[in-house]
Amino acid sequence: MHELSVCQSMLRQVEEIAQREQATSVERIVIQIGPLSGVVPELLQQAFTIARCGTRAEAAELVTQTQPVRVHCLQCGYDSDAQANRLLCAECGDYRTRLISGDELLLASVELTRN
Amino acid sequence: MCDTCGCNVTHGNRHLIEEGGKHAHTSDDHVAIEVLENLLSENDHQAAHNREHFERHGVLAINLMSSPGSGKTRLLERTIDHLKERYKIGVIEGDLETENDAQRIRDKGVPAVQITTGTACHLDAHMIHQALHQTPLDELDLLFIENVGNLVCPASFDLGQHLNVTLLSVTEGDDKPAKYPVIFRAADHVLITKSDLLPLLDDFDPDNAGQSLQQLAYKNPITLVSAKSDQGMDEWLDWLEAQLNQASATEPTTASV
Ligand SMILES: Nc1nc2c(ncn2[C@@H]2O[C@H](COP(=O)(O)OP(=O)(O)OP(=O)(O)O)[C@@H](O)[C@H]2O)c(=O)[nH]1
Ligand SMILES: [Mg+2]
Ligand SMILES: [Zn+2]
Ligand SMILES: [Zn+2]
Ligand SMILES: [Zn+2]
Ligand SMILES: [Zn+2]
Repeated sequence: MHELSVCQSMLRQVEEIAQREQATSVERIVIQIGPLSGVVPELLQQAFTIARCGTRAEAAELVTQTQPVRVHCLQCGYDSDAQANRLLCAECGDYRTRLISGDELLLASVELTRN
Repeated sequence: MCDTCGCNVTHGNRHLIEEGGKHAHTSDDHVAIEVLENLLSENDHQAAHNREHFERHGVLAINLMSSPGSGKTRLLERTIDHLKERYKIGVIEGDLETENDAQRIRDKGVPAVQITTGTACHLDAHMIHQALHQTPLDELDLLFIENVGNLVCPASFDLGQHLNVTLLSVTEGDDKPAKYPVIFRAADHVLITKSDLLPLLDDFDPDNAGQSLQQLAYKNPITLVSAKSDQGMDEWLDWLEAQLNQASATEPTTASV
């Protein structure tokens, strides 16, 4: 369960932005997570309900945008959808691929209120 | 040691040197800000700083990851036996509790720092940084970091290491890579450990493990090793030496930090 550490780190980033923007509260936090990031969105949501207490994000909504797993084939050059434990080229079947999406762990945006 | 390392950008002051995110005012008191920053940027910054320490001292840092009990400490003990005459080795040990693993390493005559993480099931870059202050970096060529036994969490936290080695023992399933793709994808070398037990275990097929790794687009070496019989040790040690030679060829001469 490292989602709590990830969540605390995210909340420190959000607090810092809120402070810089002189915001009183955070309404929405949007994150992008890929299946190969090692972070499980459901567990992060659970951790968030605990970790947000006492921060400016206490009433915030956490929105997770799951990113697709996609690979670029180093053999035939084709880009295709893949699965987290099956990163083969959909065109030629080769395993020599490079991940082009699916390992994201990003704070995409925040929405703040000032008053 | 950090006073002189030249890195004084912290999470707290970074916004002073970088422009803030893009602003989109939707109303006077409501603002949406695009950030697009890694969720673990605090850890990543510390990891980059740790890497700077390693590089200034010309130390190659290798992070070992596996399930609990896959043989990380025993592999280190054997590796030290074989290499300690030729290289100066240090170890940072991560465990939930106890100093046992660090003591096993010290008994081999090399310096070891134990990090006990308590409830945290992984090491992070800040813990490593603290341990670095107790590690005689200027005397070392090679630093092993033994991560907490866990196939999930350690993969998400960069420690500043140069290389990752993931162990899979033959007493685990040969489908482990399919179940834990993140940690196996991250490996620069996968060691299938306790190979001396293979004759007793008919349900572990190293070829299946290899195929499972290939499905993850894994392109790095896979070595079958036993820290008991020394099977495969030569391949592992050769790989280590190749990494050490490559590192010393690309690193500038050691400066003191
Ligand atoms: N037969 C055999 N046993 C091994 C081998 N390597 C390790 N073991 C045994 O497996 C058990 C666990 O080994 P450790 O080296 O402590 O494993 P570890 O990965 O460091 O364990 P944690 O730090 O607790 O995660 C011990 O009883 C070792 O003696 C091996 O190559 N062959
Ligand atoms: Mg151990
Ligand atoms: Zn964890
Ligand atoms: Zn292809
Ligand atoms: Zn430092
Ligand atoms: Zn720094």
